[in-house]
Amino acid sequence: MTDLDVSALREDFPILKLTPRGVRMVYLDSGASALPPHAVVTAMSTYQETTHANVHRGVYATAERATHLYEQARIDVGTFLHAAHPADEIVFTKNCTEAFNVLAGSWGAKNLGEGDVVVLSEMEHHANIVPWQQLQARNGFTIKFLGITDELTLDLSNLDELLIGAKLISVTATSNVLGTMNPIKELARRAHAAGALIAVDGAQAVPHERVDVVDLDIDFLAFSPHKVYGPTGIGVLYAKREHLADMPPFLGGGGMIKDVRLDGFLPADGPQRFEAGTPPIAEAVGLSAALAYVSGLGLEAISTHHRRLTSYALQALEREFSGQVVVQGPVDSPERAGVLSLTVADIHAHDIAQVLDTFGVCVRPGHHCAKPLMRRLGVNATARASFGIYNDVDDIDTLVEALHATIKMFA
Amino acid sequence: MADLEELYREIILDHYRNPRNRGELEPPATRTEGFNPLCGDEIVLSLLVESDRIVDVKIAGSGCSISQSSGSLMSAAIKGKTVEEARALIGTFKQMLSLGDNDEVSGDAEPAPINLRSLGELAALQGVAKFPVRIKCATLSWNTLAQGLEEQQSA
Repeated sequence: MTDLDVSALREDFPILKLTPRGVRMVYLDSGASALPPHAVVTAMSTYQETTHANVHRGVYATAERATHLYEQARIDVGTFLHAAHPADEIVFTKNCTEAFNVLAGSWGAKNLGEGDVVVLSEMEHHANIVPWQQLQARNGFTIKFLGITDELTLDLSNLDELLIGAKLISVTATSNVLGTMNPIKELARRAHAAGALIAVDGAQAVPHERVDVVDLDIDFLAFSPHKVYGPTGIGVLYAKREHLADMPPFLGGGGMIKDVRLDGFLPADGPQRFEAGTPPIAEAVGLSAALAYVSGLGLEAISTHHRRLTSYALQALEREFSGQVVVQGPVDSPERAGVLSLTVADIHAHDIAQVLDTFGVCVRPGHHCAKPLMRRLGVNATARASFGIYNDVDDIDTLVEALHATIKMFA
Repeated sequence: MADLEELYREIILDHYRNPRNRGELEPPATRTEGFNPLCGDEIVLSLLVESDRIVDVKIAGSGCSISQSSGSLMSAAIKGKTVEEARALIGTFKQMLSLGDNDEVSGDAEPAPINLRSLGELAALQGVAKFPVRIKCATLSWNTLAQGLEEQQSA
């Protein structure tokens, strides 16, 4: 494995050369959306300028080529996740949230009813809570929540108890607030032993770690392409082929049918059954390019880079602020991602982020679409710094300098 | 940094650190909650209105310096005012942040030229106009007030 050459790869991200606040841009918001490299932008514009056509419709050469690119993207995503059947197990959606809505609205609507249990966790993003609550209102099953330990990891002490009668456990692989990396393989084993399936929110994990759906033995996975240096406007739902075969369509319309008559319709087979209407074609092409870019750098090198930055940042924050700046998440566990949610007593996250902005530092203030977790932490917002492949220690030094200025301003 | 200093004026930081009229009132005072779902700011506004006059007001909740100082400044500004005066103040305040009157605020279609002096200390929040994302923080308590007054009327 070779280390990431950060100064070289920064050249692939023209936006990093811009100075919207008159200073070097320090982009620490990849957890919200990672910047797309030049290769992704080029792949999408080349597609738009040379190959654009609707897919699965025309028979002319360009349409055939567009269909090929779109289906190749599906295979590329499946291959990236090490799926057993890359062409048959990937559904494209509008975003990661829609992937959860498809899962709940299709698999959930069919399989969950009175007396059934779905297990979630208190550290979930709203995308993995609200669709289940919406379905619960219609189908009347029970939702149970795995708690969180004082070390801000998942509390597995009552997992087996919660899994009694459960048909599904749906949890995040990596918390978008805490950075906690959850033991997905163990959860999958224990869920299956209890007769439940497992769905995983991979939004924060897929950009940071090698995710192998077969090795983890998970049934469903959703992730967010724009957090993996791809474009917005597309999401991914992975489902094991045998589950997908058994799932009814969620959205209806063009593209998802075999036949339509005046008295009903026959749904298409495979992933297409879930892709009503013209899909995000250019975005799929961009996603392919993003995954090729990430694979080219190597996920192991990316993980190592993020771990080094995280460790450097945790040490710097402790040294410089000795507890005045609190990191809401595990601080001395190797099982944590490059997501640092910061709080400072008596200074609201919005105010922190505002002052940081004048130093060119881009962080995300707020509740991070995880309000139950915020309540559990007893804070109303955090300022979250999250790392990407283009970050270096200079970025963290600037963050520290800007935090000093923030504290001085509000002291 | 110049814009930042204009945003975080000393009056704002003072009201953030030492909020006025902090707390909640018991019934018959009414209680109205306001949320800014984008950032999680929360305002709980207690209003005691007698004969169309706001005789007491308390503010609770949590959030950033802009949302909380705006609530504190608002509470000081509306205490003792008539409901009509308070409504007019909502309109003037929003106008200062370059927001038009919305449905919650009755008023003329033609906005009168803004009278910053009539806003007193509230004028300190003028700098927020340069930070579009923060305008919602500044208006949260005012929208909550408009809602609270509306509920008074329909009660």
